[in-house]
Formats: sequence, C-alpha cells, structure tokens
Amino acid sequence: MKGIVLDEAAVLLADGDTVATAIADLEAGRAIETEDLPGDRTVLEVAEPIAFGHKLAVTAINAGEPIAKYGEVIGSATERIEPGEWVHTHNCESNRGRGDLAEGSA
Amino acid sequence: METFSGYRRDDGRIGVRNRVAVLPTSVAASAVADRIATDGGPRVTATPHQMGTEQPEPARRRTERVLAGIGRNPNVGGALAVELGTEAADASAIADEIVADDTPVETLSIRDAGGTRGAVERGREAIDSLLEEAARARFESADASELVFGVECGGSDATSGIAANPAVGNACDRLVEAGGTSCFSETPEFIGAEHVLAERCVDESVRERLLECVDRRESVADLMGVDLRGTQPTPGNQEGGLTTIEEKSLGAIAKGGTAPIRDVVDYADPLPVGGGLVVMDTPGYDVESVVGKVAGGAQVIAFTTGRGSTTGNPIAPVIKVTGNPQTAERMANNMDVDASTVLDGESVEAVGERVYETLLSVADGDRTEAERRGMAEFAINELQPRELASLGDPT
Repeated sequence: MKGIVLDEAAVLLADGDTVATAIADLEAGRAIETEDLPGDRTVLEVAEPIAFGHKLAVTAINAGEPIAKYGEVIGSATERIEPGEWVHTHNCESNRGRGDLAEGSA
Repeated sequence: METFSGYRRDDGRIGVRNRVAVLPTSVAASAVADRIATDGGPRVTATPHQMGTEQPEPARRRTERVLAGIGRNPNVGGALAVELGTEAADASAIADEIVADDTPVETLSIRDAGGTRGAVERGREAIDSLLEEAARARFESADASELVFGVECGGSDATSGIAANPAVGNACDRLVEAGGTSCFSETPEFIGAEHVLAERCVDESVRERLLECVDRRESVADLMGVDLRGTQPTPGNQEGGLTTIEEKSLGAIAKGGTAPIRDVVDYADPLPVGGGLVVMDTPGYDVESVVGKVAGGAQVIAFTTGRGSTTGNPIAPVIKVTGNPQTAERMANNMDVDASTVLDGESVEAVGERVYETLLSVADGDRTEAERRGMAEFAINELQPRELASLGDPT
C-alpha cells in the first residue's frame, strides 16, 4: 500500500500529513499504537467514532491552519482539532472553487 | 510482446470490438435508434441521448463532433445515423465525417421513411448490410501499443485515492511504457491538484493549456456565485470520507499514473495512437466524460469506483475497479478487478499488473461485467449558453 499503515487502523499517506485515513471502522477510545506518528508520540487515542475511509488528526491543528493529506494541502481547519479527532466537513473547509466567497456574490 | 486479437480497419487502426453503432442526431430520434439496435441483435448498439432538435450553433457542433467521433471509434465496424429530419444537427454531415475514416455508414430520416414504423423497417435493412460489411474486417493480432485506454472515476470515496486509482494509474504507466496511449480527464477534479499535474507537463504550452482548462472550470463556479463545495465532493463522496475538492482531486489524478503529460485535448477530440499520457478537458459527470474519451477513439475504459457504479458504454468495454472491500463484496457481479486487496497489504504494483492484464484480456475479447449485463449508458456534454457567453467558445 501507498503510505504507512498505523496499527492496522489507519493509513498515513505521506510525510508531513496531519491526517490519516481510517481503514476500519474505529471506535472511540481505541489506542493506535505505532512508532510512525509524527513527533515523539507512540500512541494516538481515537477521540470519537470514525467510519472506514474517514480521516482523523494525527497531530493538533489550529483553526485556520492547513490540513495535509497525500503530502499536499486539502483544506483549512475551521476550529482547533485535537489529535485523534475526526476531520471532515464540520471542521475542515476547501480553499478552492469558492464562488460563495467571490466579490459581489450573495 | 503484449498482444491481443482485434479487428483491423481500412485506415490501419484496430478495434477490440466489431460493433454497428446506431447514432440518433437528437432526442427525437433516440427511441427509434434504440429500437433498431434492439432488433439488430447483440452486435448492434445505439447511443440514445437527450440533445434537442434545436441547439445553439456551438452546442450543435459539439453534438455532431461527438456522434461522428463515436462512429469513427475503431470498435465500430459500421454506423447508421438516424434523424427525425427536422434537427439542426445534420445526419449527412455526421455520416460524411465517419466515412472519411473508411467506416461503412448509412443515414436514415424518420420523416422520409414515413414515420417510426417505416424507419424501423428501413433501419433493419441498413443494419443487415452494415453487419455484412463489418464482418469483412480482418481479425488479427495487434500490439498493446495500438491501444488507447481511457480512465474514469465515479462514486469516489477515500479508497479511490488510496487503492483503485493508484492501481489503474499503474496500469496506465505500463501501457505508456509499452508504447500505447492512456487518457484521463474530468477537469473539475483537477482543482486543487493542478500544480502537481502542471509539473508533469512535457512543455510550457501543454502546461498553459492544462492550467487554462482548470481556471475555466473554477471560474464557472465563481461566475455563478456558488460554492463548488455544494457539488464537489458530492454528498456520496462526503459520506465516503472525502472532505474537500482538493482531497478528491489529489486522489482522482492518481488514476492517470505517473508518466509525463504529453498533450491536453478538448472534449471528444481525437486521441493520438501511441501518444503516451494525454489529458482530455471533460466535465466531472462520469457518463459524459467516458463518452468524450470514446468519441476521441478510446477502445477500452477503466472505471474506478469506491461506493459502487454499474455504468457501461455502448461502444467501448468498461472495466470496473474498486478499492472498497464492501463494494467488492456487495457489488461483486458489477466489478472486474478487486483493488481493495491494497488495504490488506497487496502492493499497488501487483494490483496494477492485474488491471493491465485485464485490459489486455478485455481487448482480446473477454467481456466485462458491464457488457455481460448490457449496461450501455450514453450522454453528450452540452455547452450551456451562459457558459458560452461568459467564457467564450471552448469548441
């Protein structure tokens, strides 16, 4: 597989990514134990239920900071996200194709 | 050498199928075309579509170009253009384009034939003679370098970018390595990943064209004052774990592989044989996008899906590849390649080799699951007047 599998729970696709993709339905409280986490941590606790295919933060991300997957920016955090939390449309927004933000639009 | 057996056309190109195509010039002729094809048997397929009898000039030209391209696809051994007789789109003009490639072609006007019953009768006679002509094609061995492979995704989820798309991309790389052509498209799904693609363009002019295509698609959203997030990622994509257009795009472009981008062509424009990796500027709507590539000459399509898809094409066999283990299980009889094994540790290269072998065996005549089930969706991407006025004429 492309990327690094974290304890058969999620896959981290590139160095520097701040989110990993769940490759199983993850329950809240699950401890993902791996040497492959960014920083010195070796355990990531899943903060809330995360469905197969969805993303969880592998590091803390502040509001407004870019979120990285595939080694590229996929959007920005709309609020602070703690490690192990679910990252999706409720706390991550696109930076592109934003006609809603274009000058003069309602 | 990687070979397959196909149908050699008079102009030298090779078909992987030997179909007779029934091409209605408008929605008004679509039902009759469908009936003629049904009566004609399994080798005859129609391309019913929804284009009106009146279209603005550039939109009409696009309809004609797509239908002529479909008729010229090397998988087509004969074509019948069917018109009601009142359309702006001209069956004779389409037939002239098709016959220029030495493909046997006939035209039929429902009005001139005395209505639907007469048209179906005359259509049957035309089909009989076209089937005879198609049967004269030489069935012979061909090289993988003669393949034009179109790749598409639909119903994407997080597994598309991790498993199915990289595996299909690996098959694209293998075909390019063998001297063939791979084509990927869906310009709205380049948004947020165009910088990655731009770096892979062979020269500055290709790079500029690629970025222009992406700008044009993004500015349509800006012009309409809408947030692209309303449609991209789709609600289904979001349920599957995709959060933003950038994330979807970065996963989507993996299906084109890693070869240099040799060229960027317009919707339904002819794709070069032996042309390496080529980008086509198509919409994200998968059926219209597949049709654009088939009109460009793609003989085989690979279609990746995470959440599931059943779609096929009347002219080109469509190979379904899924990276989602649930879809692989639930929709097993619609899937041709299970790429979800990547999640269990099988390498992308190994799954890519399976996709490539499937491409060659389908080219050699093995039927895809979509073909077995008679799935043959067809739709033409219509230029919208507002789009034309705002953005100039991209035809």
